[in-house]
Amino acid sequence: MTSISIEQTQGEERERASGRSRTGDGNGGRAGKSGRHINVGDTERWLSIAGGAALALYALKRRSPASLALAAGSATLIGRGATGHCPAYERLGVDTADPTAIRRNVLAAVLPSRKLEAERAYTIMRPRHELYAFWRNLENLPEFMEHLESVTVTGDGRSHWVTRAPIGRPVSWDAEITEDVEDRIIAWRSLPGSAIESSGQVQFGDAPEGRGTVVRARILYQAPGGKTAQEISRFFGESASQQLRDDLRRFKQVMEAGETPTTDGQPHGRRMEVKR
Amino acid sequence: MKAVCWQGKTDVRVETVPDPEILRPHDAIVRITSTAICGSDLHLYDGKVPTMEHGDILGHEFMGEIVDTGKEVRDRKVGDRVVIPFSIGCGSCWYCTNELWSLCDNSNPNAGMIEALYGYSGCGIYGYSHLFGGYAGGQAQLARVPWADVNSLPIPDGLTDEQVLFLSDILPTGWEAAERGEIQQGDTVAVWGCGPVGQFCIQSAILQGAGRVIAIDRFPVRLQLAAQAGADVINYEETKDLVEVLKELTGGRGPDVCIDAVGMEAHGHSLDYYYDRVMTATKMELDRANVLRQVIQACGKGGRVSVIGVYAGFIDKFPFGALFGKGLTIRAGQCNVQKSMSSLLDRVRDGQIDTTSLITHRLTLEDAPRGYDIFKNKEDECVKVVMQVS
Repeated sequence: MTSISIEQTQGEERERASGRSRTGDGNGGRAGKSGRHINVGDTERWLSIAGGAALALYALKRRSPASLALAAGSATLIGRGATGHCPAYERLGVDTADPTAIRRNVLAAVLPSRKLEAERAYTIMRPRHELYAFWRNLENLPEFMEHLESVTVTGDGRSHWVTRAPIGRPVSWDAEITEDVEDRIIAWRSLPGSAIESSGQVQFGDAPEGRGTVVRARILYQAPGGKTAQEISRFFGESASQQLRDDLRRFKQVMEAGETPTTDGQPHGRRMEVKR
Repeated sequence: MKAVCWQGKTDVRVETVPDPEILRPHDAIVRITSTAICGSDLHLYDGKVPTMEHGDILGHEFMGEIVDTGKEVRDRKVGDRVVIPFSIGCGSCWYCTNELWSLCDNSNPNAGMIEALYGYSGCGIYGYSHLFGGYAGGQAQLARVPWADVNSLPIPDGLTDEQVLFLSDILPTGWEAAERGEIQQGDTVAVWGCGPVGQFCIQSAILQGAGRVIAIDRFPVRLQLAAQAGADVINYEETKDLVEVLKELTGGRGPDVCIDAVGMEAHGHSLDYYYDRVMTATKMELDRANVLRQVIQACGKGGRVSVIGVYAGFIDKFPFGALFGKGLTIRAGQCNVQKSMSSLLDRVRDGQIDTTSLITHRLTLEDAPRGYDIFKNKEDECVKVVMQVS
């Protein structure tokens, strides 16, 4: 039903900001033999070679089918030690050759990411054109998008978006429709120079045989540097996909059932535990 | 108003709480005249259902009179006498429109919680923990009913509360449990558990064409009720090997349909019963599944197993080999009350179904704590507790 991806790009952004790059001269001339950069620290390189050699000896002694796998592992370790390049580290964005990179990567893992991307699909028992029409009137979006206070259509395919207050002060930006295929697709994007770069796309497709419409939405938020960016990150946190899920669920509830379910404001007894 | 509030394990109290209000345009407020304690309320009472909060108002079997309606309510009006189905439906999602009301997509405000547990969420239920929406229940003087047009059944004049109250849950639940057994003319149907739901399973199975119903329990008063309804009865505490007894009784074939109307707090004296006791006591298992295992073991080849007793978590030592080896069909789930309640109202009116003889205790709302206690401990030959609300 869903697929989610949240990219963590903080590390890259910091690198770019400090004028360093992952390849070439930025590495202080420590490029490896194969042209791939060195991302394994010196001590770890020697340990890799020693560990790989020990593993290879053990594998040769055993001569069992499993030892083939061990031998392969030993080759990887020795290669890693000799070249100073580890493909796994590269994929993970880890660099033990550069002491500052460790801190950077730890920070990237701990701090909320700045680029948030999510995609979700919901099946809604209403005709395509009805769902499209409701969404296409962007001023309806705050009815189901929780973080939005208002969207005002300013004409010419443009609109003004304002977030709710919980992040401190409301943040606003202007957006434009970038794609509009009746009853099929709506896409939008913030105008250049906005406090947050945001874009989104929603597609409406027929679900099989009387099951309504599949609504697939994709959103992307990217905050350029500065205080606003931090606030936005804190607001959306890592929950972009959950946010989108909840927003789409509310869209479904409003369109199908005419309202969202609630228990806020209903009675209950004493909430504190009573000691006997 | 007065309401029965959950205050922890085996601790319910009648408290004075604010009156409910209309919160959404499709809501109605019902002044309750009768409300019952359900066997599934005992799972809450025993602290077996997670996400209960102190002060939660209990109860999902209730009826009364509409005293207020939201502006989008079309087919109900103030003064209507109604029974409220426990399964809250929105009436418009794919599940509701396909009579799978208990699987409603839109009525559980906490759907995300249950999705994390089960993958997908079913409907909201009154007074049944925050997993099922955290709706205030109907063991109270007033209750709020969402999407009132589809979540209430108007009751014609001339029928008493006691005749129709059980249309809220246990009668449709027993009926649907039997229906899921796809009973063929002449089938032998075995029912584990002769509590109120089990009793309605027995009556329903006979109406649906069962040739013979075998009812299993350990309480004489419940077995006696089952016998009155037309079942052959087995007191499992007096048998050594229930599976063998059932085989004998069915000429070696085994029952065609087996209904588990017991659920996760089963009793018994088999080895696996004690295994489950240890596992649940150490929180390694949530459900005691000895009845379900026995049901699968006892069911004849090609048979149908219908699970209407409530289960919540993971089950150990599940005899999947027996299920597979005998080509059984297993069906489970909450009842879709709205699907069958009007036709069952007709059957009650026509006298085909007896609803009143299982009421053993008639109490007031203030008596709720005592009601829970005697129902749980099966004291005083308790089968069903109904509370009149004034």
